[in-house]
Amino acid sequence: MAEEYAIEMRNITKRFPGIVANDNITLQLKKGEIHALLGENGAGKSTLMSVLFGLYQAEEGSIYKDGKEVHIKDPNDANDLGIGMVHQHFKLVQCFTVLDNIILGVETTKNGILQKDEAKKKIMELSDKYGLSVDPDAKIEDITVGMQQRTEILKMLYRENDILIFDEPTAVLTPGEIDELMEIMKGLAKEGKSILFISHKLNEIMAVADRCTVLRRGKYIGTVEIEKTTKEELSKMMVGRDVKFEVDKKPAEIGETILSVRDMTVASKLHKNNAVKNVSFDVHAGEVLCIAGIDGNGQTELVYGLTGLEPVVSGNINLMGRDITKASIRERSTSGMSHIPEDRQKHGLVLDYSLAYNLILQRYFGDEFSTKGGFLKQGSIKAYADRLIEKYDVRSGRGADTLVRSMSGGNQQKAIIARELDKNPQLLIAVQPTRGLDVGAIEYIHSQLIAQRDAGHAVLLVSLELEEVFSVSDRILVMYEGEIVGEFDPKTTTREELGLYMSGAKRKEVAA
Amino acid sequence: MSFLLLVQYTLIFASVLMLVALGGCFSEHSGVINLGLEGIMVMGALGGALAMKYLGKGTSAVVVILVVVLVSVLSGVIYSSLLAIASINFKADQTLVGTAMNMLSAALATVIVKSINMAENPDNVSATVEYGIGKKALLINIGSFQISYLTILAVILLVVSYILLYKTKFGLRLMACGEHPQAADSVGISVYKMCWAGVLISGFLGGLGGIAYITAGVSEWKFEMGVAGFGFLSLAVMIFGQWKPVNIALAALLFGFFRALSNVYSGFDFLAALHLPGSVYNMMPYIISLLVLAFTSANSRAPKAEGIPYDKGQR
Repeated sequence: MAEEYAIEMRNITKRFPGIVANDNITLQLKKGEIHALLGENGAGKSTLMSVLFGLYQAEEGSIYKDGKEVHIKDPNDANDLGIGMVHQHFKLVQCFTVLDNIILGVETTKNGILQKDEAKKKIMELSDKYGLSVDPDAKIEDITVGMQQRTEILKMLYRENDILIFDEPTAVLTPGEIDELMEIMKGLAKEGKSILFISHKLNEIMAVADRCTVLRRGKYIGTVEIEKTTKEELSKMMVGRDVKFEVDKKPAEIGETILSVRDMTVASKLHKNNAVKNVSFDVHAGEVLCIAGIDGNGQTELVYGLTGLEPVVSGNINLMGRDITKASIRERSTSGMSHIPEDRQKHGLVLDYSLAYNLILQRYFGDEFSTKGGFLKQGSIKAYADRLIEKYDVRSGRGADTLVRSMSGGNQQKAIIARELDKNPQLLIAVQPTRGLDVGAIEYIHSQLIAQRDAGHAVLLVSLELEEVFSVSDRILVMYEGEIVGEFDPKTTTREELGLYMSGAKRKEVAA
Repeated sequence: MSFLLLVQYTLIFASVLMLVALGGCFSEHSGVINLGLEGIMVMGALGGALAMKYLGKGTSAVVVILVVVLVSVLSGVIYSSLLAIASINFKADQTLVGTAMNMLSAALATVIVKSINMAENPDNVSATVEYGIGKKALLINIGSFQISYLTILAVILLVVSYILLYKTKFGLRLMACGEHPQAADSVGISVYKMCWAGVLISGFLGGLGGIAYITAGVSEWKFEMGVAGFGFLSLAVMIFGQWKPVNIALAALLFGFFRALSNVYSGFDFLAALHLPGSVYNMMPYIISLLVLAFTSANSRAPKAEGIPYDKGQR
């Protein structure tokens, strides 16, 4: 019976100190199918794939390829069995050409000298056959993320792998590129390749997969045929309860202008051009303004400029009638600006401080927490921290004394949100606040953003996720190469239209 | 005459700088910063100098050349394995290990040479090795022009380095390790082995550079002085050469020219007429390297993952 399966993982159990990452999980991948592996962060998807790819050894259970038991001790073994993986973070050498990256590790040589012409011919054949257009002589650093991903896929095909693992492949792509990838995956399956597709995006799984295995907290929940299931059912299997996809919100009541930005230009740390070029916009009380765009188009630097993490080259920033262009970070923070930073571990938290200290990072100097002599009032700090932990449901091992480093990503984010919202800010700047979080935490954060808006405060949300852009925002600005190239109403625009602007295919003038 | 001499010295100093810079280039392409080149040169020079001292008069030129090269190269390779063990296997900070190797080498060479000298003659407490006779075997005389076999070897090694880096799978894999070791690992390349290879090759070339340096011009060497910063100068050549063999060769010629000038400037009337103190010319290569680095460092493209010990566990 087992022979219909290209890969079968039976009763896999993998323990790490303190947790069981995979608890008796079975996964059966049929030949020529696209099999989705669905689960929240920490559900054990990555661990299971690492076991299959030979990065970890399972304590219990066994793996079968074409019905025969195999032992995979390292990635080379996996490779020999024809198992290839497109990692979430591409494993490509930036300054090498596409060709060099594909042949790396399996080079053909003659008298010790590399034979690249043959390799190029083979790559072009594969590229034609599967519709994976690449320029073999282009350097990775010069090509788009989509082409980099196609290079990764060609790497697997060049090695004649027939079991292909895609680890969250759509996270870095534009909507157009995602559609393209879906077509490529279907084409590969048609050619007899078996595909494992790891994701937590339900729409994509519904669109492309044949079957789906769901994991929750390290346990196997079930395997379902996509044709016979719904998005709602899948999400219930994944989270263990009903999840709302639509964010409940009342119509926005737009008030006065809170933040006004004029002709702001911010330098880039990566290259000589400015990352943000002459950007002007306003954020009003009672609205969520969303900055959409593909990663690396100046959103990060825009926020650095607004929050004072980087100086602006030129232009003006006005917060509630006050010019804060040159104000220090603390001045901005105390005059009504809150910031949920993009990199929560770098700019949001001091990882080796306790939770309590992290919660007072922006107000420890006030009378509430410091004596006149400059000593911290430990009692008040503890009481304040306990109140916030309670109110925002921040979970941790040892309460206020927990080292933040030891907390989960979701709870670290909740700690930042508690700190930033408790200041009762007039303007909340949230940068990818749900990145890397699971459905439950995302739901919570979205409701907090809406609550801020409904309380009459201004919210500036920077997001790469179109789903989030559409469900939370009242107004959308698209950034492309450091400029604002379009303004949209989420009720009247579509993902496809936004995608065109995000990729630079279209633009229009925007009046601030 | 003085022009010929200038060419002669330029070639010899350029070949030293090029050899050592190529060594640094292999090490850095594998991801390991080799600040210990200075020390490796000293050990290579010591090995070669002692070989020449003991081979003495009767030995045929071919044997002298082979033995001297072999001993220098071996000394360099063995000494460089210190860096490899410490920084690859034990993940020590590469900058610190390199610095320690430089400090150790000058002291170690001094102690060894002094004890040899004192064993021969208890009154001789100098750290000087004489190798005048052995050195003659290394030189080819064409009229009044002298060229060292080591210079010819350096040119051959330049070609070999170029082919190795850009035309073989070893080079492709080596550079992948210095740029993105996780990527190399994911396609089944042993990153540790590649780093070892890179460091040992730098020991090979560094050791050879050491012997080429002390046989340039003089016939005895005081080991207290180490190699007078030539290892660091070579690092400057490597950076100026952007980690590419051909550019490194050109950079080495430029630096070598200025170093040669300090040896022969008095032979040029118009330079002598300037009445600049000799130390000005001696300073030139170092000042040039400061200037060059100040202006080119911002745009230099070092291997991305260099300096970060590769940890298989971190993905």
